[in-house]
Amino acid sequence: MNRRSTTRLVALTTAAGLAVAALSGCATGSSGPEETGGDVTLTWWHNGTGEPLKSFWQEVAAEFEADHAGVTVEVEAFQNEDLQRTLIPNALQSGGDAAPDLFMVWAEGEIKSQVEAGYLKDLSGLTDVVESVGGAGTGWNVDGKQYGIPFRFGIEGIWYNSDQFDKAGVTETPTTFDEFGEAIGKLADSGVSPIGVGAGDGWPAAHWWYQFAIKTCSGDSLKKAAETLDFSDACFVEAGTNLKTWMDGFDGDLPFQSNPTSTPAQSVPNSSAGLLAAQTTSMELMGTWHRGEVAKLVPGAPAEDPPAPEWLSWMPVPDIEGAAGEPGAALGSGDAWGVYVDAPDETLELLEYVMSEDVQTRFAATGEIPTVAGAEAGITDPVLKQIAEGTVNASLVVTWLDTQYGPVIGQAMNDAIVNLMFGNGTPEQIPEAMNAAAATL
Amino acid sequence: MSAIDTTGPAVSAGPAPAPDTKRRNRARAGQRREIALFVGPAVIVYVVFVLLPVLLAAYYSFFNWNGLGPLDRFIGLDNYVRLLTDPVFHTSVFNNFFIIVLSLLIQGPIAILVALLMNRRLRFRGLLRALIFVPYVLSEVTAGLAWQILLQSVPPTRWGPFDTMLQAIGIQDPPAWLADPNVVMWTMFGILTWKYLGLAIILMLAGLAGVPEELYEAASLDGAGWWKTQWYITVPLLGPTIRIWAFLSIIGSLQLFDMVWIVTGGGPLNASSTMAVYMVKYGLNVSQIGFGSAVAVVLFFISLFIALGYQRFALRRDLEGSLTGGERK
Repeated sequence: MNRRSTTRLVALTTAAGLAVAALSGCATGSSGPEETGGDVTLTWWHNGTGEPLKSFWQEVAAEFEADHAGVTVEVEAFQNEDLQRTLIPNALQSGGDAAPDLFMVWAEGEIKSQVEAGYLKDLSGLTDVVESVGGAGTGWNVDGKQYGIPFRFGIEGIWYNSDQFDKAGVTETPTTFDEFGEAIGKLADSGVSPIGVGAGDGWPAAHWWYQFAIKTCSGDSLKKAAETLDFSDACFVEAGTNLKTWMDGFDGDLPFQSNPTSTPAQSVPNSSAGLLAAQTTSMELMGTWHRGEVAKLVPGAPAEDPPAPEWLSWMPVPDIEGAAGEPGAALGSGDAWGVYVDAPDETLELLEYVMSEDVQTRFAATGEIPTVAGAEAGITDPVLKQIAEGTVNASLVVTWLDTQYGPVIGQAMNDAIVNLMFGNGTPEQIPEAMNAAAATL
Repeated sequence: MSAIDTTGPAVSAGPAPAPDTKRRNRARAGQRREIALFVGPAVIVYVVFVLLPVLLAAYYSFFNWNGLGPLDRFIGLDNYVRLLTDPVFHTSVFNNFFIIVLSLLIQGPIAILVALLMNRRLRFRGLLRALIFVPYVLSEVTAGLAWQILLQSVPPTRWGPFDTMLQAIGIQDPPAWLADPNVVMWTMFGILTWKYLGLAIILMLAGLAGVPEELYEAASLDGAGWWKTQWYITVPLLGPTIRIWAFLSIIGSLQLFDMVWIVTGGGPLNASSTMAVYMVKYGLNVSQIGFGSAVAVVLFFISLFIALGYQRFALRRDLEGSLTGGERK
């Protein structure tokens, strides 16, 4: 190839490249929530990547569009960690058209940093919606103003295999930790691993300590710690001591499966959710989402809309006799919608529609626990009904401690807990690690 | 387009006085344009996606910043102090160097040996080469998940599929591959060797193909045995390939992230954490972007010093040849 044809080739390639860039520039320019002559496009981001939820939100958006001429709703589902840790923070930081209008917000520490950065619209004006979710909304209230509306809320409990309980001779669900210990002994004798825990991911193990903490610390101590982020209250050490004493009361690896620190939490067959689904463990402490997670991982389950196994049952976490914590206290949280500060007003209308009793009732029918009063009528599954009742009956619902204290303290706390449970950590190291992490905020 | 079109005719129509100088100038201008056209896009991409992020990370590392809102909490070197005094970070750095040393000491010799064996006339040589290369082609996620499933214990026993296989051949009490903090890095090294040995072997085979046949003939005439021939002829001539492979291996080990993240997530109890895993876990995942950036900067400087030092001392001979080759008389 001579000089001239080379230059021509380069020029042609460059021209073609420029043309492609210009065209794609046009394409991106025309999308996004721009208002042109009264037409509005709203973007809505959620983490419901699985069915039936993905189609359900799409359907709700289409209904809203049909009722509101000139409004287009672009619904997009993203994998949870990507959405929470990368997509939403980056989009909010970029601002303007890049930010979604309606999106998921996480409670307490998480929503607080977004409010402080000025990214969220105050939703306190939507009094009907705020009132309809009642106490469930507390976690998304920052300095007396409501910035997030929960659409799903429930407490965690122990998911168990009722067939294995029957086989092991555990006839009544334990209500105290002593009875719980007896049940674990019987299950182990019957040849199964009593409790599965995905300690590889940290938080599933940490939830055991959270349970001991809310049953050991008084409601006031917990509240004070959450407000001041000072974890010097002796009850936090005591919680660890109680947990360790309880674990040490069993032989060998019990009450958990062997080598829990190499077990992830969910999504894969070898996760703790997968172990429960494959009936190799009998119990697992988890939130309301676990029913869907286990259903998905049952060996041979259909890819679309897998049914939950019939043996999958649920019970609240037993109380510890004589502990200072509030009896009937439970750990829980939910998922909520937030609105971008500069979102068009139609977003609030969309939020009102999404949180209407009708939509929430249909949401419940997809196998979820709704927040709007009256929508629980849509729950068909007996297990979910039980959780919904448990949530209403709980004397105090404490938000997951890692969510409550924010991710930095949460990570340090969870590390220290796993080290106490399955390493050589001490109960004292947990509040120490939490205080040290709080100092870096 | 038209500007370029005129270049040709203008040159041929050049008047008498100093046609050579003029032509040379034109040609030089054209050459510069060409260089700009070829290099420009790459430079832009490099600046925007490599240089700028590196500089920004260095800047962020002096702030306590959660990624939201303005950068307004300058904390000087606090992030670096916290990082360099964190025992988990010490473990992470140690683990990176653990993998480097083991790779050089174990993977290298194995790769050379296998390459030497496979360089001979063998039945099914093509098939063998393909089989050895297969793990390298598999995606990290697929390979990582497969190993996780093979090595994890299946309740109610302490054993997993891999242990059962070992028991079948008489090893009754294998360790907890992924759950024992003292064992997990050896397991990780085993998985990485399985994954990357194929690449090393293929590289060595390519290097062997460049060793002239005559040298072997001369050696055999001199009565050298197979081992002697390999030691005195093949290995020295394989030097450039070995040095390049070692360089790739060192850099890969320093940046090790995906396989660890999938198989153990840095656990148990941070025993298999590496610098990159530490950065994601304690920077990005907890929204401490300033702190994460400090980790990135430290990782960057460690990699830079090792890479420059290696080029200066180990790769000098190889690089000198290639860089000065064109200038030689």
